[in-house]
Amino acid sequence: MDTAERTDSPWAPIIHAALLAADVRHVTYVPDAGHARLIEMLRDTPDVVTTVLTTEEEGVAIAAGAWAGGQRAALLMQSSGVGNCINMLSLIAACRMPFLAVVTMRGEFSEFNPWQVPMGSATEPSLNLMGVRTIRIDRLEDLAAQMASATTMAFSGDQAIAILLSQQLLGAKKWVKE
Amino acid sequence: MGEGMSGALPAPAPGKLDRREAVAALLENRGRMLVVSGLGSPTYDTFAAGDHDGNFYLWGAMGGAALMGLGLALAQPDRPVTVITGDGEQLMGLGGLATIAVSAPKNLSIVVLDNGHYGETGGQLSHSGAGIDLGRVAAATGFTAVMDVVEESDLAAAREAIGTVGGGPRFITVRIAHVETPRALPARDGSWIKSRFRGHLGLGPN
Repeated sequence: MDTAERTDSPWAPIIHAALLAADVRHVTYVPDAGHARLIEMLRDTPDVVTTVLTTEEEGVAIAAGAWAGGQRAALLMQSSGVGNCINMLSLIAACRMPFLAVVTMRGEFSEFNPWQVPMGSATEPSLNLMGVRTIRIDRLEDLAAQMASATTMAFSGDQAIAILLSQQLLGAKKWVKE
Repeated sequence: MGEGMSGALPAPAPGKLDRREAVAALLENRGRMLVVSGLGSPTYDTFAAGDHDGNFYLWGAMGGAALMGLGLALAQPDRPVTVITGDGEQLMGLGGLATIAVSAPKNLSIVVLDNGHYGETGGQLSHSGAGIDLGRVAAATGFTAVMDVVEESDLAAAREAIGTVGGGPRFITVRIAHVETPRALPARDGSWIKSRFRGHLGLGPN
């Protein structure tokens, strides 16, 4: 599908614009339905390198290497992936590096899969315990300002920030295609 | 169960090379090379070869050294980037080898100092010591340049390869002896290491 014609995932162009405005040049991700449109848009964007990961913690280390080399990176993942990142976030904390993640939430609003709930419930507190500030987005109209704020705090303010896109915002996953 | 009897795989021949001498040889006249060192002995070896503003010493983040090298290599495509790490550290990030192979940065070399043991924690046998050949794992993921450094005479070719900006991603296993080496401890302040490293590249601290 031509990404320009898509109307689903209305958060995707907002995040895309914010990442470009902040000169983010490297975006890493583990494939995720909520991020699918954004990933497509980024893969079609010249001057942005996208790297697909086998596990989310790789994206933390890549972001640190990018920053050491003068480049801004961001990590896209699902809430379950946050659990995979925990020890690697030591790198961000110990080196006081910028870190920016955009997390699609599972395990909350209208979740049908009990296996998503433990990590979904622990996503925000575990990020906070590792020194990552979390900004939860429940309403689409808040996203642009919060993304702009997050990129400033991360890359100018040397903070580790995760934007959490709530499951209510994303829409509960439909198990059967309509 | 003793060493060499831990599974169905044939035990590898013990490495012979002195780790300090091998790393010093690899980093001699390094030019514009940037180096990321994995936690534990590889960080000490890299420091012992001569402190350098272009060294990023890791003291943690186990499994992340090669991936940090990937981020750095893509950000600095005109410089050779070398990751120097150990078999245990690399084993924690095997999936990352696939990520690097798919990304395929031509200026990145992963050097694994392989003694088949966990040196920091009491010398326990690692998977490579039990017979997993990391070079073969790297080749299977898609690394096209895979080298095995067994003899001292193999080091010159490895040194030349890692100093080159093209031809990667490269995976080099250096078969080092499993012996105690005196510690050589670089700075542990990650924020300072980061700012020094960025300064070396003409970048501000943030």
